[in-house]
Parts: sequence; C-alpha cells; structure tokens
Amino acid sequence: MKKEQTLKSKKAKQEPLLRHIKRNWHLYAFLVIPIVYYVIFRYIPMFGNIIAFRKYRAGSSIFGDEWSGLKYFKQFMADQSFWRAFKNTLFLNVSYLLIRFPATLIFALLLNEIRCLPWKKFVQTVSYLPHFISMVIVAGMVKELLSTNGPINSLLAAMGKDTIPFISIPEWFPTIFVGSGIWQGLGWGTILYLAAIAGISPSLYEAATVDGANRFKRVWHITLPCILPTITTLLILDIGGLVGSGGAFEKVFLLYNPMTYETSDIVSTYVYRMGVGSGNYSYATAVGLFEGIINLALLMTANIISRKTTESGLW
Amino acid sequence: MSVAVSSKNKGNYVPSKIKESTSYKVFKVFNAILLTIICIATLYPFLYLVAQSFSSESAIIKGQVSIFPVDFNIVTYKSVFAKGDFQRYYLNTVIYAVIGTIGSLFTSSILAYPLSKPHLRLNKFFGPFIIFTMYFGGGMIPNYVLINKLGIRNTMAAFILPGLIGTYYVLLMRSFFANVPTELEEAGEIDGLSKFGVFFKIVLPLSKPIMATMTLFYMSGYWSNWFTAFLYLDDREKWPVAYYLRQIIIGTSTSANPGAANAETMQIAANIKSCCMVLMAVPIICVYPFIQKYFVQGMMLGGVKE
Repeated sequence: MKKEQTLKSKKAKQEPLLRHIKRNWHLYAFLVIPIVYYVIFRYIPMFGNIIAFRKYRAGSSIFGDEWSGLKYFKQFMADQSFWRAFKNTLFLNVSYLLIRFPATLIFALLLNEIRCLPWKKFVQTVSYLPHFISMVIVAGMVKELLSTNGPINSLLAAMGKDTIPFISIPEWFPTIFVGSGIWQGLGWGTILYLAAIAGISPSLYEAATVDGANRFKRVWHITLPCILPTITTLLILDIGGLVGSGGAFEKVFLLYNPMTYETSDIVSTYVYRMGVGSGNYSYATAVGLFEGIINLALLMTANIISRKTTESGLW
Repeated sequence: MSVAVSSKNKGNYVPSKIKESTSYKVFKVFNAILLTIICIATLYPFLYLVAQSFSSESAIIKGQVSIFPVDFNIVTYKSVFAKGDFQRYYLNTVIYAVIGTIGSLFTSSILAYPLSKPHLRLNKFFGPFIIFTMYFGGGMIPNYVLINKLGIRNTMAAFILPGLIGTYYVLLMRSFFANVPTELEEAGEIDGLSKFGVFFKIVLPLSKPIMATMTLFYMSGYWSNWFTAFLYLDDREKWPVAYYLRQIIIGTSTSANPGAANAETMQIAANIKSCCMVLMAVPIICVYPFIQKYFVQGMMLGGVKE
C-alpha cells in the first residue's frame, strides 16, 4: 500500500502540468475567484505605485499619464514636513515596541503561572476584549478620559494640581499613543505566546522538576528557550513594521490635530493629507512607496539576521 | 496537566509535588495583585463610558462621574433611539457586517483549502503569490485611485471589497485545513461526493473552531471599520455607525468656518457620545466570549509561521 502510494506520487511528479491541472481541476477551480480578487485588489494597486514616477491627473489612467522620473521623490525629500512625519513614525513605533514587546512576553508568562483555571480564563477574556473594539471607540474613550472634565483631570484637581488639556499638548502625544496601544494590545499580544507555551511537552518540566529546578528556573531554562522561535518571528514582523503605519494610522488620524502635528503627524497621515486631502496623488504615492520599500528592506534584514543567529525566520 | 489542588481540601493540604518555596508564594500574591490591576485598568474605560451614558450632562461637565452614573437617567438612550439616522447607520453596519462576513468566509476558505493540499503543484506559485501581499502592497493612494476607477465609490462594494480577504487569516485557515485527516475526505469521495461536496460537507463542518474564530475576526473588522467609509462613502444614507461615531467624536472639520465647526462639536454632549459608543460596542462584547474558546484551537494550529 505504502509502496503503491510513493509510486503514485512519483508518477504525479512526472505527469505533465496540463494533465495535473486537469486531474485536479476541482481544486484549482476553487482558486479562481480568490486569485482574480488578489490580482484586482492587491496586485493592481501594487503596480499602481508606478504613479509615483508618472504624472497622475484626476481622470487619467490608473497608471498615470506621462513619466516624471524621480521628480516627486526629490520633492518630498526636500520637504521638512515629510521628515518630521518620518521621525515621528519611527519614534512612536520604536517606543511602542520597546514597551509592548517585553510587556506582552512577561504578561504571557504571568498568565501561564495561574493555576486556577476560571481565574485564568477571566483574565484572558478581559484582556483580549479591547482588541476587538473599534479604534473609533478607543479614540473616543481616550478623549473622554483625558478631557478637561474627565476622571484623570478630576483626580489632578482633587490633588490640587492644574488640569491638563492632554489632547492638545504635543509632549503628551507619544504617551497617549503608547498607553492606549498597551491598553488595547497587551492581552491579545500574549495569545501566540500562550499557544506556543501550550505546545511545550510536559515531560520537559517533569524532568527539570526531578532535577531540582524551581519554578523560576523552569521558566528560564525551558519555557523561554522553547518559545524563542515565536519570539523571534514576532520580533521580525514588528521590526518590519517600524517605519510603517500598521494599526497606528487609524489611531493617530483619530487623535491628532494641527496643534500636535509636531509629535503626532506620521508618514501615513501625511500621505493621506497630501493625496486624498489635497489631490497630489503622485506625490503622496511616492511617499507611501518609499515607506513600503523601507519596511520591506527592514523586514528582510531582520529575517536574515534572525536566520543567521537563531536559525528561525519567516522564510 | 498537573493535578489541581482545589481550595476545598485546604484543611488537610497534601502537597502534590514539591513544597512551594516562600519566594514562590510571594510571587503568587504579587501575580494575583498585578493581574487584578490589569483587569481593572482594562475594564475601567468601559465602565466609565457606561456610567457617562446614564448620567446627566451637567454632572459630566462638572466632572462628577467616575464609575457610577450620577443623576441616573435613560433620556440619552431614548433620544438616540428616537433619532432616525442613528437607526439607519446601525442597520447599515449590521447589513455590511453580515454580507461582508459571509463573503469573506466563503472566499477565504475556498482559497485556503486548495492551498492546504501539498500535492497541488501550482501551490508553489500561488502560496508566495498571496503571502507577498502581506509584506508589500499598493499604498493608500493607489488603492484609493483603484476604487474610484472601478466606479464602485459610494456603494456597499467599496466598503466590503478592499478588505474581503485577509491573507493572514487565509494562512491560519490553511494550517487548520491541512490537519483535517485526509482519510475522511477520501471516505467521502468513495461515498460518491465530488471534491466540492467533500469540502462543503466534510471539511467545513470539521473546521468549526477556525470558522468560528474567522467569523469573529472578519465580523469585528467590518463592525469597526470607519476609514473605508470615510474614504469612499459620501452618501450619509450609506454610513455605517462607526463612521457616524467618528464624525461626532472628532467633529467635522470640513466646515468653512472652523469656529462654527467647533461650536457644533461642543454641542454633541458627552453622554450622547458615550451612549453611541456603548451601543456600538455591546454586540461585539456579547458575542466575543462565546467564540473565545475556539481561539486557542484556531490560532495554535496556525502558529505564527507563514
């Protein structure tokens, strides 16, 4: 039976492509609609990036009218607001990553130490919840909590301090950004770690217990090394997003205002204002493309480094 | 799984394994306190919104509301429900979420299923073809131009199609389908089912955990989405409630006179805002705990790796 199967698979390999498709046409038929979707809604916009190098006027072809070379790239490189947005994107993302990454890992380890299952499930349910809440509501909550008559300012007033209009002070924006991000993402960030921890063979822990390792040692010598591939993969993905907007766009767009642009304007909000807002499509596309390429480069670099050092990577 | 020592036999406590060290006991107390604080901090903003939505406007302005409603009333809810447009937006959201989720589940699963079959030779091409879009794509503007060119601006399609298939979700589904025993599929074929029949009658019913998880993911995505509506839906009649919320929270800045716009924004009282936010969040909060039990199954098999 087994021999027959290997023989069959060998034959399948030699089979001409057309016959292979014919024999499996049912399965390939499934792919038709999704692949057409990917071509139209993913690949056409990807090639639509070409308008960064071509002049696009309202009403012209989706791929622009005539070549303009690197004109738009030179333009934004010379623009102070672009560099401010670039710097802000990097600063917000790096500070968020530096706080969130260790926080989620520690939170996952702490969750894993809970022995009382209903309590564990309760903490998980509560902490995952904000992930599913619309950014509009998160932004609304932030504004309500931080408003001049909100609870935080009431607390400040009760302590005899001056109230602070947090939302309109540039210095506060990074704190608000990171804080609300942690509030929303801390619990959800643990889910992949917990899945990885659940996959660790219990015999490893038993052996370590027999050898006299206490709980802290077991976490340090078993749990952490076993979930290292997960940690690296997530870190690579995060590094790949350092210059990108990812989920940051919506939040910044909802919470920023001209008073705080100095610290809050990021590349994608800048792209929005330049493109959709003022109709400079080619210029905005050039900025967006620049961001996308840097992200891809960062992701690839992080992947190579990780492959070399920990032998695990995305591909 | 270790033997759980329940609290009821605390009296004659039999240590199941080794004795707990003092430092571990200290750690346990510290852990319980910390996790309790995290839970309270997570829930507090929700409680605050609920309290505000039931409070009088003057109490909110004076900053008296913290956890419990002050001057409890349901006038705000009544007035929000009485407004025809809020109902309209809410109905739109429900329609978009239902149609969008069905479309997403269908297209994602028919993509993930063939991709989970290692013997399909063209997967060597189609796999990377879809994965690449996770790492690079058209930015905001090319997508915006595309939707306008397709002529679907201001239609339900413009709201649903851009996010119809989530590549990461497809990969999770693919790993799940790959673990469905092929013997069952073969048995189905022997019993006379076509390949389509096998998928819809055998594979999908066996994939309840991943389908439930995906339903929640896609549905909450459509439920929360305001930005696509902001970009493509000009007609108020078509707005989803998330976009309406954005308008009342942020205030419209399109007014010719910024001063007037500010005054208009100020007029939308905090209790109306929180009332709308509560009404929008409630369905997700109610549905999510029932699907949560499937997450771990759904996500674990998928793992993180592509």
